[in-house]
Amino acid sequence: MKKDRLQADLEGLVRKWKDKRGNLIMILHSVENIYGYVPRDTSLKLSRLLDVPLARIYEVITFYNYFKLEPPGKHNVSVCMGTACYLRDAASLIEEIEKILHIKEGQTTKDEMFHLDVVRCLGCCGLAPVMMIDEKVYGKVKKNEVVDILSKYVKEEE
Amino acid sequence: MEKKIIYLRDTDSAQQDRINDFFTLFSNELRDTNLIEQVQLVKIADIGLYEKGVTVKILPENIVYIGIKNNDVKKIIEETIKNNKIIKELLYEKKSKQIRAVLKNCGYIDPESMEDYIAAGGYKALVKVLTEMKPENVIDELKKSGLRGRGGAGYPTWMKWNFARGMNSLEKYVICNGDEGDPGAYMDRSVLEGDPHSVLEGMIIAGYTIGSSKGFFYIRAEYPLAVERVQKAIDQAAAAGLLGSNILGSNFNFELEIRLGAGAFVCGEETALIASIEGKRGTPHPRPPYPSVKGLWDKPTIINNVETLANIPQLIAGGGAKFASIGTEKSKGTKVFALTGKVKNSGLVEVPMGITLREIIFDIGGGILGNRDIKAIQTGGPSGGVIPREFLDTPVDYENLGKLGSIMGSGGMIAIDDTDCLVDLAKFYLKFCVDESCGKCAPCRLGGYQLLRILEKISEGNGELEDLNKLKKISYAMQKASLCGLGQSASNPVFSTIKYFEEEYRQHIVNKRCLAGKCKALVYFKILPQKCKKCGLCMKNCPSNAILGSREAGYVIDPQKCIKCGACFDICKFKAVMKE
Repeated sequence: MKKDRLQADLEGLVRKWKDKRGNLIMILHSVENIYGYVPRDTSLKLSRLLDVPLARIYEVITFYNYFKLEPPGKHNVSVCMGTACYLRDAASLIEEIEKILHIKEGQTTKDEMFHLDVVRCLGCCGLAPVMMIDEKVYGKVKKNEVVDILSKYVKEEE
Repeated sequence: MEKKIIYLRDTDSAQQDRINDFFTLFSNELRDTNLIEQVQLVKIADIGLYEKGVTVKILPENIVYIGIKNNDVKKIIEETIKNNKIIKELLYEKKSKQIRAVLKNCGYIDPESMEDYIAAGGYKALVKVLTEMKPENVIDELKKSGLRGRGGAGYPTWMKWNFARGMNSLEKYVICNGDEGDPGAYMDRSVLEGDPHSVLEGMIIAGYTIGSSKGFFYIRAEYPLAVERVQKAIDQAAAAGLLGSNILGSNFNFELEIRLGAGAFVCGEETALIASIEGKRGTPHPRPPYPSVKGLWDKPTIINNVETLANIPQLIAGGGAKFASIGTEKSKGTKVFALTGKVKNSGLVEVPMGITLREIIFDIGGGILGNRDIKAIQTGGPSGGVIPREFLDTPVDYENLGKLGSIMGSGGMIAIDDTDCLVDLAKFYLKFCVDESCGKCAPCRLGGYQLLRILEKISEGNGELEDLNKLKKISYAMQKASLCGLGQSASNPVFSTIKYFEEEYRQHIVNKRCLAGKCKALVYFKILPQKCKKCGLCMKNCPSNAILGSREAGYVIDPQKCIKCGACFDICKFKAVMKE
């Protein structure tokens, strides 16, 4: 359903940006916002619509951390590993999450429920250590609180 | 009577929060004196003071009373609220070492309201510039002010603008660098989210001065709220005629657009940022030519940091000389720091240049968590260095930090205590730079990786003394030969930790010990029999069955089986497990 809408949008998107210079990154941002990643067939279409070689598009996607080539999980768990969080032992949070979800950094759980990312500064250094699930930020997280936080999302599903 | 507000806060952290009792006392007293309609009581989460007892702030007069006891409540209501008299004994005399200039509006005005910004004196500078000043006058004021770029290198702003102004080109660009990628820094985010119009005003003035009609905000996509608020500010300004054609009746045209970053630290470097706005991979180019000669789409371009631009309106409105009255000889004005790490009050601080590190950490930051010993201060993020505690009394400015082997950077400031391992810290920063290296030039791509491998070797207990020399040599080569600022400064954390803490490296290499207990391979856990209460909790929690013994005989750790997870250390209630 979502995909159909985007395909229609894609042409509108390109129309909106086509005449502006340096538009590729902004278009990719819009695609990423809808899908959570940049699907290959979208890149192919973009390449045709913008008249840009596919390699140029992939060159940009793979350079920037923000763009992903794989679909994310339903809930995106990001643990901050900025300096402040690092000093306040965010590493133990990552360990704990990996233990609970049985995935490593950058992976998605088998049920596609959670995707774990270790990210650079979320910009909430005063609340270190910080983790973010989808749009919600959890500050001053203690290792033993991780289970409760994650299970909230599982319960929501049920 | 004008409506008053009383803010309440218990600033003692050690005691139980007494604020609810005081809230009741105040509201009862107000009810008894029939003032409840005129006074609003608010319990707030932070009043900006710490360890000063129960504290109240009375608005609009902005009177602060500290150390309030139960029987003071009646007096406060009677004298201050009713009769507008100040109670001297309770009054808190402001001796704050902070000066809020860039952050003056943050948290005080509604960032989504242009009216609020104008009411606070906003866009006055723009009107002044467009009606009374020529571009060269603006440059003169900037020159007088001594303002230097707040993004890291500290290049004089007037020179940058003057170069671009002197270029003969129909197209010129102004770029605001909001790609704040340093881990541990969030100054730009706060300004963009808290006072977007001030940056906007700075950019419009920049556009007028250099003769540009187009500007770009480059903002990290990780800051969605900042993006939203800046967009709103642009729309408001355009609707009010402050952007577009013939601004304020002059013949000056200017428009602004947002471009999003996509998570690449190197894009904070100006030539890489330009490539990114052009929609390409963010790889840097050799300089010269500098962007002020050949920048975005090969046209003259100035790139200023968010904080630099946010300084412009107050600088122009108050005049360059007034701006220059704050600060040291070569570094003027204020600087915002993101104070984090092991300090009690972490957060954003804005201080005059020339304040000492000690004042920032102890007077403003409240000292080190748990009253531990401070070991060093790290400034400037992954491109900066560490400053050991011997230099705590150094006044903070561009030159002094540079002399100590660190940099001002964009303003990250991290306190490090004696439980932090500097080898591990250097490894952390280096890993960051290795991940973020764009791969274009060899010194950075290969050098960083080799440095990291040596550091890993040392922290795993396989270090040799020769490694120290290798680290120094590679660091030096990277500093001299890398293409851009990222590679040139990536070795700074290694360089400066070896310079000041070589002993700690030697501990790791020769004695195979990490005294801070961070490098797992070099940590050994031991149970102290004299403290052990033989509860057995450690044995139950050990994931690798490395703890042997019984409730009668006591417990020991088998070093062969121990995986150094620290579970026993964390679980022991009697501090009988020791790390060494």
